[in-house]
Amino acid sequence: MMPADEKFITECLRRYYYERFAGIEIPEQIKRREFGYRRPGSGMIRHQPIRNGAALRAILMQELPLEVFVSPARYLFPTLPMREKEWQGAELTFDIDAKDLNLECRREHTIEQCSGCGRPAAGRCPCGSASRRSVSVTCKDCIDSAKGEVKRLRDILRREIGVKRVYVYFSGNEGFHVHVPDKALLHMDKAMRMGSVDYVMFRGILPERLGMKKDGSSSLPHPADAGWPGRFARHMYGSKRPNKKKERETVSAGYGPFARMVEGLAGVLGVRIDPNVTPDIHRIFRMPGTVNGKSGMSKVPCNDLDGFDPYNEAVLFHDDAVLVRANCPAKFTLKQKVFGPYDNELVDLPAYAAAYMVCKGLAHVEG
Amino acid sequence: MITMGQADLAKYPFLADAGAYLRWWDFTLEQLASEPEFEVVRKKAFERVYTASQMGQVYRPDTDSSKLPTEVFSFLLATILLKMSRANYLVQKFAMQEARGAESFLAKDLGRATTNIEVGLVTRIIWDLAQIRIAKRDQDFVVSVPEYLHRAAQFHAREWNLINRRVEAGQVFLNPRETVRLIRQEMVNYISSKISAAPMPPPVPGLDDMVRELASLNEKFRPQIVRSNKTAPCIEHAIDTLASGKNLSHAGRFMLATYMLERGRSIEEIVPYFENAPDYNISITKYQLEHLAGKSGSNTRYRCQSCEKLRTLNLCHATSECAGVTNPTQFGAVP
Repeated sequence: MMPADEKFITECLRRYYYERFAGIEIPEQIKRREFGYRRPGSGMIRHQPIRNGAALRAILMQELPLEVFVSPARYLFPTLPMREKEWQGAELTFDIDAKDLNLECRREHTIEQCSGCGRPAAGRCPCGSASRRSVSVTCKDCIDSAKGEVKRLRDILRREIGVKRVYVYFSGNEGFHVHVPDKALLHMDKAMRMGSVDYVMFRGILPERLGMKKDGSSSLPHPADAGWPGRFARHMYGSKRPNKKKERETVSAGYGPFARMVEGLAGVLGVRIDPNVTPDIHRIFRMPGTVNGKSGMSKVPCNDLDGFDPYNEAVLFHDDAVLVRANCPAKFTLKQKVFGPYDNELVDLPAYAAAYMVCKGLAHVEG
Repeated sequence: MITMGQADLAKYPFLADAGAYLRWWDFTLEQLASEPEFEVVRKKAFERVYTASQMGQVYRPDTDSSKLPTEVFSFLLATILLKMSRANYLVQKFAMQEARGAESFLAKDLGRATTNIEVGLVTRIIWDLAQIRIAKRDQDFVVSVPEYLHRAAQFHAREWNLINRRVEAGQVFLNPRETVRLIRQEMVNYISSKISAAPMPPPVPGLDDMVRELASLNEKFRPQIVRSNKTAPCIEHAIDTLASGKNLSHAGRFMLATYMLERGRSIEEIVPYFENAPDYNISITKYQLEHLAGKSGSNTRYRCQSCEKLRTLNLCHATSECAGVTNPTQFGAVP
């Protein structure tokens, strides 16, 4: 991050923590958690202790971190190195990221950028660097699809896994975090969490679970059946009513083709979560109410998922005008205002939009 | 404590309270050990342990009503013989065999249980063995998702993956056979823990030959303890403490176990170091070592703590050879 950008972001953070500290969720058993944070332009600092809300406030005001993380895990000694922390359980957490959904719209709002100078570029950049990185800007379709995944996950967790409380948060960039604080699931180890991941992602199902048998005595599930058999049947028949002809055709194709067909359905029927996040019982997660350094937006709770508009409700930096040199070939929308495209031009932008572009490397503060 | 009939006790003799059972029959251990009418019990008790040491053999109790007391007595005497002969390696094999034998009875009892009393009895047996709550739903039994995953996540067969189970409202559906399979390891642990926790009986005339024979049989299964001249003095001290039958603190046991794991020793090679501990239980020791090795629990592989940390725990017994060593695992490797 360039010095002027760093100064601007730091000022935004100072105001943010002063005005919006009440929106930061203080986790239960705060003394048992591991905290981590990253200042603008710096590396991550982990294994930090925080005694209470007042201590958290003091750290935020003193350090002005761009990103703040907290462990879903509780430890006996949260500040010791990982192997000596003595893990005491962790909330079950899921990460759903729009970029993993690979929607067609992605090409339209993803910018290829030179890693060297930050200019939008295809092929070799005039600066000489051949290295590229992709930056994505706001997209309602991506968010709506990610919401769809969250709803399917929430449904499975409640109806099948029997979870009582499911908390959904917008991650602050392109996805959602789902936290499950149920005490009964707190002590699940990595292998147990892998079992939950496979379940929600529809991975590793045996044809027999769907009524397909090697001996030919197959009877495929009814669309009204509970759980995966019912979801599979509804997908296969395309309706809530069984179709005998379709069932005969499917069964007569044989066990092997059926097994391959079912395996291929994991990406369609399964919930598209990040499978590496949930089993990682030591991972630290962005703290609800704090800023996402990749966008300048905040991680906020979604109590009404359908009506939630992240590009309005999670945009919490102020709107004082800031002069930036912007290089963003795609349009984006924040607070119902459309910004861009910009071709290496000087523009006055509200601070939240300037911070969004600065965090994504699409603009630099003129200073 | 479950109130069970004679037939139930024959199937699940490990649920009986040995002392209470003998008192109820008004017998003493001395009578069991010496009187001719109990010769059949003594032979059967020895046979139960001996069969357990032979790979792949499962002892099947005789549930003929006239033989029921013999089955229970022989089990109780077998555990006494194991205790007297300090046959820790045979205990594990014996527990596994008895669990496998009981498994088939338990599956049948679960399948047959229809009345509230019958269901209550089998669910209480399972609770006693594995601290897992099961409930009957139609022809199946249900367990909670975390209870299921806690056990099934260790199984390799795909049929045990949660995705291959009927899961509704936080409950996993299992047939009787699957329900019992789910708690097999806990049945083994229950039996071996019960034997380990039992007080050492006083010497009883009449059992000496069998005790000697079992002690000798046990030796065949004892892994060799490897001592290296490059073992750190703190570790040597911990080994000596345990070998002399003294208690070693939790931190000391953690140090010894993690040190050995980092030195590349297998769990089977490490277990013998702990066998003289006053509270030794082979199943629990193995479970704890697997946990430290990162094979269960949080899947964290624990490392041996630094010399600095060990000093604060009063576990350091440094010698001049420790110069330059900051972790016991470096001992002998630092010039």
